[in-house]
Amino acid sequence: MARPAWLQSRPVVAGIVLLVLGALVPLVGSGYVLGLLTVAFYTAVFAMAWDLLFGFAGEVNFGPTFLIGLGAYTAGILDARLSPHVSLWLCVAAGAAAAVIGGVVLALPALRVRGPYFGLTTLVAVLMLQNMVVVFAGLTGGEIGLAVPDVLSVSATVNYWIAYGFMALSGAILYGLSRSPIGLVLQASGQDPVQAGALGFNVTKHKLFAFIVSAFFSGLAGALMVFYMGTASVGTFIDISVGVQIIVAAVLGGRRTVIGAAVGAVFLIAMGETLRPLGELATLLVSLVALVVVLFFPDGFLGMLRGRARGD
Amino acid sequence: MLEANGLTKRFGGLVAVKNLSFSVRGGEILGLIGPNGSGKSTAMRCVMGVDPPTAGTVRFQGREIAGLPAHKIARLGVGLVFQHSRPLHRQTVLENIKVALIPDRLGMIFHSAEIDDQARAIARRVGLGSVLDRKPPTLAFADLRRLELAKAIALHPQLLLVDEPFAGLTASEVATFSGLISGFRAEGRAVLLVDHNVKSVAALVDRAVAMYLGEKIAEGTAAEVMRDETVRRVYLGGALTRAERGKAIAATGAPLLEVRDVEVRYGKALAVQGVSLHVREGEFVALVGLNGAGKTTLFNAISGLVAHQGEIRWNGAPLAGLTPAAVARGGIVQCPETRELFGDMTVRENLDLGGHALPDAERRERLDWLFDLFPILRDRASQVARTLSGGEQQMLAIARALMMKPRLLILDEPTLGLAPVILETLSRALHRLRATTGLTVLLGEQNVTFALPHADRLYVMDHGRIAWEGQPERFEEEAADAYL
Repeated sequence: MARPAWLQSRPVVAGIVLLVLGALVPLVGSGYVLGLLTVAFYTAVFAMAWDLLFGFAGEVNFGPTFLIGLGAYTAGILDARLSPHVSLWLCVAAGAAAAVIGGVVLALPALRVRGPYFGLTTLVAVLMLQNMVVVFAGLTGGEIGLAVPDVLSVSATVNYWIAYGFMALSGAILYGLSRSPIGLVLQASGQDPVQAGALGFNVTKHKLFAFIVSAFFSGLAGALMVFYMGTASVGTFIDISVGVQIIVAAVLGGRRTVIGAAVGAVFLIAMGETLRPLGELATLLVSLVALVVVLFFPDGFLGMLRGRARGD
Repeated sequence: MLEANGLTKRFGGLVAVKNLSFSVRGGEILGLIGPNGSGKSTAMRCVMGVDPPTAGTVRFQGREIAGLPAHKIARLGVGLVFQHSRPLHRQTVLENIKVALIPDRLGMIFHSAEIDDQARAIARRVGLGSVLDRKPPTLAFADLRRLELAKAIALHPQLLLVDEPFAGLTASEVATFSGLISGFRAEGRAVLLVDHNVKSVAALVDRAVAMYLGEKIAEGTAAEVMRDETVRRVYLGGALTRAERGKAIAATGAPLLEVRDVEVRYGKALAVQGVSLHVREGEFVALVGLNGAGKTTLFNAISGLVAHQGEIRWNGAPLAGLTPAAVARGGIVQCPETRELFGDMTVRENLDLGGHALPDAERRERLDWLFDLFPILRDRASQVARTLSGGEQQMLAIARALMMKPRLLILDEPTLGLAPVILETLSRALHRLRATTGLTVLLGEQNVTFALPHADRLYVMDHGRIAWEGQPERFEEEAADAYL
């Protein structure tokens, strides 16, 4: 029996299997497990948004947390200042908008430089944002963090479903986009910008578009996560190490698959938590696994899946 | 249809294209011919808008396009067939062709059936109909070239630019591609072919423009250009003179370097096929051939930089399996055509790096000797290598190679992009080097004039094979015509 085309793609099958498993978790999982997975799902959106830029547009964004932080802090500060006069959802929308605006302001000059300089520019942006949060402590809560009065829900299960739905929707949109004609043009622009230009594509325009989409989902996820946690701090939203974890998750799961990035993010967070009893050793072990996968299976988890499929 | 006037392109201090004018009409195939480094590819990139020209005008269908970005020029109806294909590996052939058909709008979220039909039609036209669902890594080399062609013609360009149409193709594939390209002419489109020599495109082009060092040196039908005195001088050299050699070289004895039946493949393209040659101690052997003949690839195989099949013996022992560093320590030092200088270091630092394995006293002595050989380098010792002129950079590259005390110096294309007056300086330095030391040299050159005076023996390489071997005196009568 012939399967529809979209079911023949292994990333899609892997994604659906994991979504079904995810839907079963609230039936058996404790509040602790749900909370953990809620964070993992937001991280998954960060990683998928990052993969759109790296895997398709070919631009290494070392500063995913610049976009996430903009979204998180904009939403958090607005809520802290204006609640209860302004709805939480308006703050979330403002967070996403701020990330897009910040992303465009950063990307317009950054996309003009070539090669590693784009990555360096994004790295500097993160450091600047981090400094600004500390300098304007009165507004942002500085190093202590910013407490927001509103939360999405007090129920772990409801929070879980919100994150789950958000991840599934973002994943579907980002994956669909990556398989659309725009995704193809992006991939061509990332691989060979000279040829893409000669084929009549405005490479900068397409890359900017990818950056905007990536910024939108990063900012939106960041803002939602603030209202799940009830606080915003540099350590959870902006710090370079958070960005590194997102990048590792995306590469670990499988570059250019979008869905792999989500798999990688859930895996990283689950691993880190499972090994927590080992203390400092846990971080080391997780890093080691990540290193081995990146060195020996540069195509990540989904790449392994594909490799096996080719073998049989 | 296309009219370029006074086209000039500078890269920093280097003038790659100088005041070039040419035109192509609809239904005409124009060949832009010139040896490597003559600026023909740069001229093509300027027309396409990949590199904006520094000066001059380019009019396409009456409209000024000089300085527009490539994607706008492409949408106006100009297509470029790239020589090196980099298709999307995870997408099928059909999807790769579809990419070229997608409009440059961000609203294209869904694939349309219309694009699918067009892509299939284009694939059939270029002969890819049977491999539509395969992925590029599984394709034969000729099919990859077809894919490049398919992408370039997807938007029905009125002007098609083709970079080295026949590189790496077999004779029957060349015939097929020629047929495809003449097909475009028959439809009234204009075609601009860029190639190294007139011979390979003579049957196809209506007119040819020959370039050398960025300037037009001849224009006319292929036969006229081939007969042109300046063109013959550029490719073959004028009076083929021989430098007097001080000492006689033993014509017998065991070879220092022996290459037997060597084959090198780049993916699917066969770059070197069954090449055998040898170099004796103290001999100066020249390997001449046009760009793309496989000279550099062969040198890289000897230096251990690319994998090869067949046998390469150095001083009686096989070289296979040695790392490039071990080969260099063994006495084979290659001075690559790209020069590979450390651009941000000074002349002196570059030379010191070449001699880092030598004891201090010996390094100083060698440095003095090299500064005598290339006096200009002494004046420039504290200058950063990147800021040197092309000729000075070439001298520095040779000097750095000599710092490594080679037994065999492989000189790859030292004349690349250099003006005639600098060639003379370089030639004199080579002569003195040969006269004062017993250095063994293997020279790769497309400039026969430069190679002939120095060579004890000559090999001619063509399409990855050795086409002729013999004494330099016999070259002009036996091999010159085949070479042009």
